[in-house]
Amino acid sequence: MQERIRSRAIALLESGACDRVLGWKAGEFFYDVTPAVFTTPEQVGKEFVWGPFCGANLSKYLIQESRKGGKVAAFLKPCDSYSFVQLLKEHRIWRENTYIVGVPCQGMCDIDAIRGQGFKGILSVTEEGEDLEVDTLYGCRAMPRREALAERCLCCKSRKIVLCDERLGPDGEENPNVRFEEVKRLEAMTPQQRYDFWRGELSRCIRCNACRNVCPACSCEKCVFDNPSSGAENKAAADSFEENLFHIIRAFHVAGRCTDCGECSRVCPQHIPLHLLNRKLIQDMNTLYGTYQAGADLDTRPPLVSYTPEDPEPSVVGTIGGRA
Amino acid sequence: MRNDPLIPMVAVVTDIRTDTPDVKTFRVVGLDGRKPFPHVPGQCAMLSIPGVGEALFSITSSPTNPDYLEFSIKKCGCVTAWLHQIEPGQQVTLRGPYGNGFPVDTDFVGKDLLFIAGGIGLAPLRSVINYVRHYRERYGAVDIVYGARSKADLVDYPEILDEWCHAPGVRVHLTIDNAQPDWGGHVGFVPNYVRELGFDTGKTVVMCGPPVMIKFTLAGLQALGFRQNQIYTTLEMRMKCGMGRCGRCNIGTKYVCKDGPVFRFDQLDTLPDEY
Amino acid sequence: MKKLPISQLPALFAHISQGQKLYIPADVGGVPQFALWQPGMEMTRSLNTARSAKDLFFPQVENMVNFKVTGKQIDVVESRDPGEDFVLFGVRACDCRSFDILDSVFLDAPEDTYYKTRRDHATVITLGCTEPEETCFCTAMGIDPTTPGGDASGWIAEDTLYLQAHTPKGEALLDSLPMLQAAQSEAVEAARQQLRAVLDRLPLKELPLEGFTQERMMTLFHSPKWKSLSESCLGCGSCTFVCPTCQCYDIRDFDDGRQIRRYRCWDSCMYSDFTCMSAGQPRPTQMERFRQRFMHKLVYYPANHQGVFGCVGCGRCLQKCPIHMNIVKVAKALGEEIQ
Repeated sequence: MQERIRSRAIALLESGACDRVLGWKAGEFFYDVTPAVFTTPEQVGKEFVWGPFCGANLSKYLIQESRKGGKVAAFLKPCDSYSFVQLLKEHRIWRENTYIVGVPCQGMCDIDAIRGQGFKGILSVTEEGEDLEVDTLYGCRAMPRREALAERCLCCKSRKIVLCDERLGPDGEENPNVRFEEVKRLEAMTPQQRYDFWRGELSRCIRCNACRNVCPACSCEKCVFDNPSSGAENKAAADSFEENLFHIIRAFHVAGRCTDCGECSRVCPQHIPLHLLNRKLIQDMNTLYGTYQAGADLDTRPPLVSYTPEDPEPSVVGTIGGRA
Repeated sequence: MRNDPLIPMVAVVTDIRTDTPDVKTFRVVGLDGRKPFPHVPGQCAMLSIPGVGEALFSITSSPTNPDYLEFSIKKCGCVTAWLHQIEPGQQVTLRGPYGNGFPVDTDFVGKDLLFIAGGIGLAPLRSVINYVRHYRERYGAVDIVYGARSKADLVDYPEILDEWCHAPGVRVHLTIDNAQPDWGGHVGFVPNYVRELGFDTGKTVVMCGPPVMIKFTLAGLQALGFRQNQIYTTLEMRMKCGMGRCGRCNIGTKYVCKDGPVFRFDQLDTLPDEY
Repeated sequence: MKKLPISQLPALFAHISQGQKLYIPADVGGVPQFALWQPGMEMTRSLNTARSAKDLFFPQVENMVNFKVTGKQIDVVESRDPGEDFVLFGVRACDCRSFDILDSVFLDAPEDTYYKTRRDHATVITLGCTEPEETCFCTAMGIDPTTPGGDASGWIAEDTLYLQAHTPKGEALLDSLPMLQAAQSEAVEAARQQLRAVLDRLPLKELPLEGFTQERMMTLFHSPKWKSLSESCLGCGSCTFVCPTCQCYDIRDFDDGRQIRRYRCWDSCMYSDFTCMSAGQPRPTQMERFRQRFMHKLVYYPANHQGVFGCVGCGRCLQKCPIHMNIVKVAKALGEEIQ
């Protein structure tokens, strides 16, 4: 697939159909790829990579890239394509300056998941059927490929590319409900257990803002938490509970717009399962307002900004929180 | 329990003078009624109102003033807006002094001095000018070129008229950007005025003002034949600590708060232009 | 040199924590971090903690002083934590060097007494590395991990922990631990040899750092490479906050309704508001902010500190950056350019 992607990228640049290509650039190792913009076929030939560690969602970069003039081609995975559509819906990306190539995805690996299996000094990973052969400074050992997948890929909601100008393979299946298993586990907790769970997880937050800055739904020009005039600016609250609220406020802010791309949890240096906050809200909205998938299309109105007489009363909040 | 340089002292604002529509000068003394600390012209201090914030300001009074510190402050942000609505008797916190200050007792001694300021840029220079006036015999001729948008925007106008203009060996050249009925003086921007006045290139220049004024005046001075190592300025950067740790005012190998804020242009030339 | 069977580590930890607080690298919520030891807590198997050991001396948030404001009157209320003795166990050589770098910043006159208090109260016991990660590059930063330093250093060889004191403080601590037995140093020498063999095979053991000098400061600063290097930087603070040597901070006030709490918290030069003033912004785009962070570590700091880099090669930023851009990639890109 890497060769197909590269040759498409080179063709798009050589034909003049696009001025720039957004993709992934090789790093020092096999896994540390960086989103990058390529402007020449030579660059693409030398540095463009595609592989099981290209997990980063490229769609948010199109906010800036699509405004730079000229046309930018972007290679988007299925989950990236949902973010792309959602950003189009929010008028954040200039569609006419983009050319989207859909890339099928079999799930992305997470180097931390491999490290979590006890591997140290990892030098290379080769796919051997259902297994990964992991070569390290301290020897070689196999592990099941499935256990190297990112959490979001283990319960992938959809392998469909929702919008593109061309695709490099057939669409995959939608499977929107498997991801709610973890939400069910949270809901099965008592309110006190759930409170303790989140206080514990969020206590590790170092307020690096990686979750916010990577989030395609967090595209405000200036975040209230960065703005001295907002009255809510804070870097590290003096009180730790206030600190925890940062994530809860963010979850509410992106509710109805979050496509569940899982980038927040991928980038968290402290491995806080932030996506669960968003997923719980998605499930609640599905229950209350009917199933809705942000970024699935350009036309439907998100439930939180539309009104129907059948909408539940606000008092429903009291009953949805679980057993008191 | 040890005290820390980051813990400020409490001081009192005893007098507030309105200089221009957006500049006020605050007189500050310690709780004991005395001057909080000695300083060198060009040094700064951290002034704060707890709950509002802390910010760094030039000390505008001369070190030769034995009784108090003065700060001329333009209303432009959160802390300054708050300061602009206080009344005498208000307590503030104070720590400092910070920075190197101007070399008034070394490099400036025996030199003809040319001060060039624009708008609130006069604030840090006022301390030097009054110091030089106090030790008048140590220095050569003094020229002051000062410009503002309008007559009302000239900071310290009464002091300039009543004292500086009558001081021996001091020539004051005032200018405003646009003509107005009650103004008989020069009209035009500072860089042009400096070129028109065409100073002797043996002078040591001390300059402070908005970036655009600095840029064009510097070019003009160099066209007249001044070298970069004859020209001093003082920088403004965001700061939190005042002792080279919080990291904000780091430019290249220097920290504006402790290695500056006073720099010669030949020194600045070797640093990244991130100020 | 002293020794202890690994199986007796819990007894050692229990004994230390009778006299003072003990912090060890442990897995908390599945993430390795320095944690206050409690009975049952085991050392992590990870090489390094997610957050660095700087937290113990320069915490993410600390209250400095409080103010009571009544009308026009302000009262300063001392609120500092007086500090208490503690032992920091299991620090790697890279983190231990980071303390020297932090010392050069915080203990330079006028010294930061909050930092100084914690340093004075601490006894640091380092732990020799046995299985470095592929992301480790401390040797490129001039660190010899076979002599990890601290008040005392420990080595795990087979099923034994060996301990060697380096300072009177370290000696006093080891002397107070009755379960330690006298030991010969052969096993530790063997562990060192083993480590040297691994260091030789590390992919990042050498970096092209010769050109990062003050003379080349402006050339490096104006390099066209910064644009592409910083292109996909998200402007978050994860590299800064996991970095053992990053020490920029903010000072802020928090009104809790009764008094004003003035606190200091970590800040990042990667953040858009870091240098933002009401009068303007000297670093308007992420390119300038990104450049500042790496220029500081590779050029500005060494120029002011006898050539010591402001990086200890711990590899945390390599593992944690959301887009995998890091000091190694920067050093290689620029290092090649200027050679």
